[in-house]
Order: sequence, then structure tokens, then C-alpha cells
Amino acid sequence: MSPETTVAAAPLLPLVGAVLIWLAGRRPNLREGVTLVTAGLLFLAVASLLPTVLAGGRPAAVWLELLPGLAIAFRVEPLGMLFALVASLLWIPNSVYSIGYMRAHREAHQTRFYVCFAVALGSTMGIAFAGNMFTLFVFYEALTLSTYPLVTHSGKPDAVRAGRTYLGILLSTSIGLQLLAILSTWWASGTLDFVDDGILAGTVGDGTMGLLLALYVFGIGKAALMPIHRWLPAAMVAPVPVSALLHAVAVVKAGVFTVLKVMIYVFGIDTLRELAEGAWLPYVAGATVILASLIALRQDNLKLRLAYSTVSQLAYVVLAAAVLNPLAIAGAAFHIAAHAFGKITLFFAAGAIYTAAHKTAVSELAGIGRRMPWTMAAFAIGSLSMVGVPPAVGFVSKWYMLRGAVEAGQLFVVAVIVLSTLLNAAYFLPIVYDAFFKPPNPAESTHGEAPLPILLALVASAAGTVLLFGFPDLPLDLARQLTARLE
Amino acid sequence: MIGDALGLYNYWIVIVLMMVGFYVVISRGNLVKKIVGLNIFQTSVFVLYISMGWVEGGTAPILAPGVELYSNPLPHVLILTAIVVGVATTALGLALVVRIREAYGTIEEDEIHRQDEPT
Amino acid sequence: MITPHLPVLQVVLPLLAAPVCVLLRNGRLAWLLALVVGWVSLLIAVLLLVRVLDGPPLSYAIGGWAPPWGIEYRIDRLNAFLLVIVATIDAVVLVYARASVEREIDPDRVYLFYAAFLLCFTGLLGIAATGDAFNLFVFLEISSLSSYALIAMGRDRRALTAAYQYLIMGTIGATFILIGVGLAYMVTGTLNMADMADRLVGLTGNRTVRVAFAFLTVGLSLKLALFPLHLWLPNAYAYAPSTVTAFLAATATKVSVYALLRFTFSIFGADVAFEVLPLDLILPPLAILAMFVGSLVAIFQDDVKRMLAYSSVAQIGYIVLGISFASLDGLTAGIVHLFNHALTKGGLFLALGCVFYRLGSVRLKDMRGLGQRMPLAMAAFVVGGLGLIGVPLTAGFVSKWYLVVAALGNGWWPVAVLVLASSLLALVYVWRVVEVVYFQPAPREHSEVREAPLSMVLPTWLLIGASVYFGVDTSVTVGVARSAAAFLLQAPLGAGP
Repeated sequence: MSPETTVAAAPLLPLVGAVLIWLAGRRPNLREGVTLVTAGLLFLAVASLLPTVLAGGRPAAVWLELLPGLAIAFRVEPLGMLFALVASLLWIPNSVYSIGYMRAHREAHQTRFYVCFAVALGSTMGIAFAGNMFTLFVFYEALTLSTYPLVTHSGKPDAVRAGRTYLGILLSTSIGLQLLAILSTWWASGTLDFVDDGILAGTVGDGTMGLLLALYVFGIGKAALMPIHRWLPAAMVAPVPVSALLHAVAVVKAGVFTVLKVMIYVFGIDTLRELAEGAWLPYVAGATVILASLIALRQDNLKLRLAYSTVSQLAYVVLAAAVLNPLAIAGAAFHIAAHAFGKITLFFAAGAIYTAAHKTAVSELAGIGRRMPWTMAAFAIGSLSMVGVPPAVGFVSKWYMLRGAVEAGQLFVVAVIVLSTLLNAAYFLPIVYDAFFKPPNPAESTHGEAPLPILLALVASAAGTVLLFGFPDLPLDLARQLTARLE
Repeated sequence: MIGDALGLYNYWIVIVLMMVGFYVVISRGNLVKKIVGLNIFQTSVFVLYISMGWVEGGTAPILAPGVELYSNPLPHVLILTAIVVGVATTALGLALVVRIREAYGTIEEDEIHRQDEPT
Repeated sequence: MITPHLPVLQVVLPLLAAPVCVLLRNGRLAWLLALVVGWVSLLIAVLLLVRVLDGPPLSYAIGGWAPPWGIEYRIDRLNAFLLVIVATIDAVVLVYARASVEREIDPDRVYLFYAAFLLCFTGLLGIAATGDAFNLFVFLEISSLSSYALIAMGRDRRALTAAYQYLIMGTIGATFILIGVGLAYMVTGTLNMADMADRLVGLTGNRTVRVAFAFLTVGLSLKLALFPLHLWLPNAYAYAPSTVTAFLAATATKVSVYALLRFTFSIFGADVAFEVLPLDLILPPLAILAMFVGSLVAIFQDDVKRMLAYSSVAQIGYIVLGISFASLDGLTAGIVHLFNHALTKGGLFLALGCVFYRLGSVRLKDMRGLGQRMPLAMAAFVVGGLGLIGVPLTAGFVSKWYLVVAALGNGWWPVAVLVLASSLLALVYVWRVVEVVYFQPAPREHSEVREAPLSMVLPTWLLIGASVYFGVDTSVTVGVARSAAAFLLQAPLGAGP
């Protein structure tokens, strides 16, 4: 298959898988098999594009023209390649995890779960490979809608309420702010294609451009920059596999990916460098980093603590990108991959704890490391990645971000990164310490490790976190190709 | 100028009839009276059309030997159509009033509103 | 042999079929006749559209009397498109009607229902096809009178008062239109639209012309339910039989919008409307108020039919907003939304009719948990609802896109913001229904409820499916709308092709 065909087929493949999953609904093993095969095929397809992109190729494809002058078109560039690789790769362990988790808890509506998951991944591929802002917006909305049934999966009143917050915030920002920005861009520059130096240069005045930047940044609600972050903790009511892949990887990364795409390919880094009205961006991002970490410190519910940690880590990406320096942007892009591996490991561990020990609060985790050594070891690795310490991959992205910030003389950013590193340590490392070195509550019932599928996925993602640290070349190459022209 | 204004007396009549009819529709709560008001309102428009079709010195628009000047027949035709429409509307309106009387026991608007309130 | 007579056959066929329905006296046969006539009318409308897309407008002289003395039917791109819309909705709704009408209308009256339905259909087609101003009034009254009767056939006794209120308001509106036509006749001496347009050139300062246009605009605004003249609509739509609501919601107001377009652009010309009379200052605020008030009131309704009726008031606001821009993009947006809203709202009301068929009610509290029992109907509702919000890949998104682009093109970016903000209100009321239908447990009395019959579900999904299809493949709708808009803007009728 030629690269062009692969690009056109990539978003379609999970959608076809979704139909097959739905048809196989009556036979759970067959149905799960379809999910795994689809995930595997998707990763192979995406990986097959890697050589072309690394060599500098930008395979493109068009599905159809939706409005006169606006087509659903795809064009793979380094950032999209990176995002697609991470999402499609992590879908595989996540599917294995889902099988273990959903069956252990005897969850209802499993067919609907796997179908929506596949559609969500298809939408993610569409976002990653989008060749213009219009295509990206279409798949962005599809992602919101396809993840709604996943968030409200349990059907209980708290899930419905959370779903309302989720949908309300994401759709209000996308229709009220992002669409306005897209339409204004279309009207001002006549195109929505992603172009290397941006399409807005010279089209509107500085004030309008600053306003547009704000409309985009706050309209891309999935990036969870404060104050548009409330949907993320609300979404924690979903089953753990949803929180793991979607709200640590696909949905949130789609958000910061879109912000990066807009900054690099719609505005253009040079344009942004000259835009005084864009100077607020590092401050908003930096404030989100610190505030979210402070809120995380106070959360006793493990998933909520992880959610606020995600908000903080996402803001790292925007913060680093806002430095507008090649090293920092490369760090931001790399962090999309690094955080994904680290966070999915943490969520997998949280789910394992819930499944095996039925515990959800941080305060209950004393001594659990004795009973669940593999789980807590993985949790430890994930925590190290969040803090940014070797041998976890989070160190690599932080290193690049710091270097870029120092080189650009942005001391505010350096201070934020340093301070938040300390905060991350404060709300992650004690959990690990308590788990291994504090005695467990004697009144507790005994329990063992989590079921095998869960453990397998957990070990895989933890290993990935460490391996990426050791062999970061692939994502690093892609990240550096992104900013090659700026150096 | 007063002469001009008085010479346009047909339009004044139209306006008066129109406003009377409109006022009756709005102010009266009795459903039959509303229809009466509507009829007056429509009649004012008939007068408007017919009076505009009058040609000075013209006679009724029926072909007769020896007559040269006729009033404009077109407005007459249009108004015949409009009258039919008006009759149909009145008939339908009154039929509705009969059915409303059967269903509610009254044809006063406020009574009907009061009966519909709790639902 | 038949083809030169197509324009008049379009209108005459349903007109003749109506009394035949009365003679038939049998409900089933009357339905069958109506269905056949509906499908033949659709065929005629499509043929007319095809002829007119490639060639010049078609002109047909009724009774052989040449215009401008005789009545002329004039089919150009704009009204051919409208004819197809109306005929399509009619054809689809009639398939649906058999089961729905049997459930909701007294069996002794079913044949009368179809007679009135055919008359309403005739009236709407006639408004679209005619090239004579007074003839337009006559057909307007034919369609209005029959719709009063149709609405009054609803089960609830409030249908009677709703029909009565609509009768009073509608007749006042029609009489205003009559006055407007009369005044225009007084100035120009002709009733033929093309001729009138010719004679109005150069008369833009004339006071009678201005007053005539004002009366026409107010009368038509009442018929198309522009805020604040929309008061008849919520009750009429809420209490009418389901088939009637679906049909009227998808066609009646749209045809009145067409009449407004015809009078504003083709006959009087944009300069009378927008420079002499300040329509560009009056229409946008009213349209924006319609968008917000309609959506806001819809949020608080417990009867879902009423909710959708208020939503229609808001959607009509979008259409009128597009028209008030008087630009190519604005008119395109308005005309595209005419089509898209007809499909979306028609489909939504048909879905509600399926619910009514099984439950006997469309109150929100009675619809709890319906998502499991009637999955197809409720899925149709969700998709239609997404179209109302304007999610990409629905027809509603296409309309909103053009509307905002048109607003930006006029330099009115606050209006663009308002359009998008009001879409978010639609999110609230659609999601109210979604939450009740999918997340609340079904009451025990409803354990026997199952999906509506196929003859009702299929037409529902046909319209909803079309609203998605035309959200993805927009070449036909946007192409025709743009072409019609260009045609409207270039010159008053007389000077045009």
C-alpha cells in the first residue's frame, strides 16, 4: 500500500473495526479479538508511514470536498506522525487492559464500550493526520461525541452529571470559541490548510491576531488550560481504561496537539515571535501548571490526583511551545509521547489497585506495595516520569524544555518548571514511599495482584516508559524535524 | 390641500374601517366578535381595491352597446376572489367556534385560557 | 407532449385530487390517492428543476391568456428548488402518514384529512410556482385555510384554540399581503411579477411603493413566524396531529420565506428594501431575538413538540438573518438553511410522531428510558438534534458555516459571535431530551412499548439520513442555493434573464 493510501485508510480502519465489533457483539471473545486485531493493524499501518516521514516526505490524501473550497484532507507531518504513533501503539496494551478490567468488574454494555473506543481512536487518527484546520475540527468534534458514551458508561446519576460537564465544556468551547476562530481564519486568509510558515501572516492586525490566539487556545478545550480544565476531573467518573487511554493519551493529547498545530502551522512561529499581544500565553500556561499541581496535592482520590496532574503536565506542552524556541518546541512535542507513556502507566496502576483491592483513595494505600509489587513498581516508574527523573522518559522532555527556556532567556518558564518538579515530587513520591515502606492496615482483608491481562498491560507501558528514556531517538527525531527550519 | 384630503375620502373610510376591525379583533374576548372584527378588517381592503378601480366618468364594467368608458374591471374580479376567501375564512372560523363551544362550554377567550391553565 | 404543461400540472394534480378524496369516502383509498399524487408531484418537481438548472426560466400562461394580462406561472432556479423541497417532504410524510393518521384522527374523518392535506399541498406548490402577485395571495390563503383545518384535527381540544388563533393571526397577515399587492397594483397597474418589477424600476422614492412593500413584509413576516409575530406557531405545532406538524414545520414557513425573497429581491429590488426602507437595520435584531428567545424558551418546555416548535422560531431567525445580509454569502446561507432545516425539523417531528404513536404523549417525563424501547426513533432524534446544534457532518453545520462567513463578510463579527452562542442554547435543550431518554429508567407501564412500525421509522430515517448526507455532500444544495442567490441579487425580475 502506498503511503497515500495508508494515510487515507488510517482514520477509516478503526471505524470499520467499530462496525465489526458491533456485529460481533454477541460473542465476547470474538469481539475482543476484533478490537485487538484492529489495534494491531492500525499500529502497523501508522508505523509503515514512518520511513517516509523521517526521510522528509509528507504523504497526503483527500477524502472528499465537504464545502466548496474545503475538503476533508490529510497530510502527515512530524508532529502528527508522533501523535498517531503514540496513540495507536498505546491502544494495544489499553485493549488488553480493558479486557481484564471490564471482565473483572462484570461491566455492562461492553459492546457499546468497545465500539465507541474504536470510533474515538479513528477520530484521533483523523486529528493526527489532518491536513487543514477544517478536517481537524470535524474529527475533534467526532472525538468529543464518541467519548461521551464512554464517560457516561455507568449510566448512574453522577456519571450523567459528569457527562453534562464534559460535553458542555468541550462543545461550548469548540463551537463558541474555536469555530469562531476557524471561521475568522478562513475569512481572513482564504484558506485553512496547514502550511509550514502559517497562513495568518500579514492578514490581520496584531490586536485581532492576539484575540484569535486566545480564541484558539481557550477554544481547544481538550488542552485543558485553566479555566477550561473542569471537564477533565469530571471525566474521571469513567471506567479506568477510558481514563487511561483517552484522558491520558488520546483526548488530552489531541488538545495540546491541536494547540501546537495551530501555533506552528496556522500562525507560524515567526509570526508569533513578533506578536506582542501573544505574550500572555506562557503566563496562562505557567499558572495552569502550578495551580493544577497545587490542587493535585490536596486530592485524596487517586484518579482525581492523576487528573489534575494531567492538567498540569498538559500545560507543560503549551508552556514550552510558548517559548517559541526550537529546543523548547521539540521538548513540547516529545512530551506528548513521554507524558502519554508515564500517565497511562499511572492510570493502569490505579485501576489495578481498584480492581484487586477495591481502594480509590491515596490515604488507603499504605503498605500495598507488599501485596502488589508489580503494580506499585510500575506506579513508581510512572511517578518518576511525571517528576522528570531518570530512568523515566519524562526526564528527556523536561531536559529539552529547560534548555530551550534557558536559551531563550525565559526565566519565568524555568522557574515554573523547577517549582512544579518539586510539587510533582510532593504529590507522587509519598504515595510510592507509603506503599512500600509503611505497614499496611492490619484490619484489611488480604488481596493479591491484579488479574493477568491488567498486569501485562501495566508492565508493557512501564517498560515503554523506561525504554523510551534509553532509546529516545525515534520520537526525538520527529520532534526535531518539526522545528528544523527554525534552527 | 384640505380639498385634496377630502377628495381622498375613500381612503379615509378604508383606514377607519381597518382600524375598527383590527381593534375589535384585538380587544374583544368573544370569539365570534373577533371574527366579526376580522370581517370588518377584510371589508376595508375590499373597499380599498374597488374604490381604486373607479375611473372618473366610467360606468360599471359590464360590456354594453354605446358605452365607451368603463371602470377598471380587474379590482372587481380580484375582490370577488377575496370575498370568497373571506367567506371561507369566516365559515371555517365559525365552525371552529362551534367546536370550541362543544369542547370548552364557552366562547370567551379568558374563560378558555382559565380552563387550559392548570395543564 | 406533457412537458410544456408541467408547471401547471404541478399545481393542478393535487388540486383535483382533493375533491376526489372527498368523493372516495374511504380513508385507505384517500391515503393511496394522496400518496400517488405526492410521488407524481415529486417527479414533476424534479423534472422542472432539471430543466431550469441548465436553461432559462420556464413560463406558462394559464388558460392560454398571455401575460401580463393572464396569470403566468414562472419557474426559475429558486422556486424549482423550493418545489422539490416541498414535494419531497410531502412524498416522505405521506408514506409515514398512513399509520400515524390512523392512530391520531377519527376514522370517519380520515378521508377528509387527506383532502385537506392535498389542498394544503396545492397551496404551497402554487405559491412557489406562480408568477402573479394576486395569485400568490390566493394560493397562500388556500394553504392557510386548509392548514387551519388540519391543525384543528388534533386530539387535544387545545388544537381547536390553536387553530383559531392561527386563523385570526394568519388572516390578518394575509390581509396585509392583500393590501400590499393592492397598493403595488395601484402604482404599477399590473399584477404580473415580472411586469411589476419592470415598472417599479425608478420608482424607489415613491411613497406608495414603500408602503406596499412594508405591508407585504409585515404580512409575510407573520406567515413565516418571524419574532415577534411568531405567537401562533408554538401552539399550532404542539397540538396539531404529528403528520401535520411535521409537514407544516418543514414546508409552510419555508414557502413564506420564499415569498419574502421573491418580493424583496425580484420585484421591489434590494435598494427599496435595504436602502430606502431600513430592512438591514430592522431584520437582523429581530432575527437575533428570534434565535435567542426561541432557543431560551425551548429549554424550559416539558412538551417536546413545543420545544421543537420554539426551536423552529429560532431556526427561522437564522434564515432571516442570512437574508438580511443582502450579500451573496448571506442569501446562500439563508437558502441553504431553508433546505437543511426542512429536512432536519421534518425528520425530528416525524421521530416525535413515532413516540406519540406508541406512547400517546410527547411529554418529557413520559419519555423516560425510551432509548432502550425505541432505539431507532430516538437515535433519529439525537442525530436531528445534533443538526440543530450544528455539529460538523450535519446539514445544520453547513448553514451555520455560511451564515457566520456572511456575517464576517459584512464586518458584523458580533453577529457571528451571537450565531455561535445561540447554537450552544440548542445544545442545552437537545441534551435535556437525550438525558431523559437514555439515562433515566423506563416507567413500568411502558414495558410493552416497542419501536414504531417500519412505515413510520423509514421515512423518519430518510429525512434524518438526508440531513446527514447533505451535511457531507453539499455540492448540490450549496450549488443551487448559490446560483439562486446570485440570480436574486443581480436584478429585479424584469431585467433578468
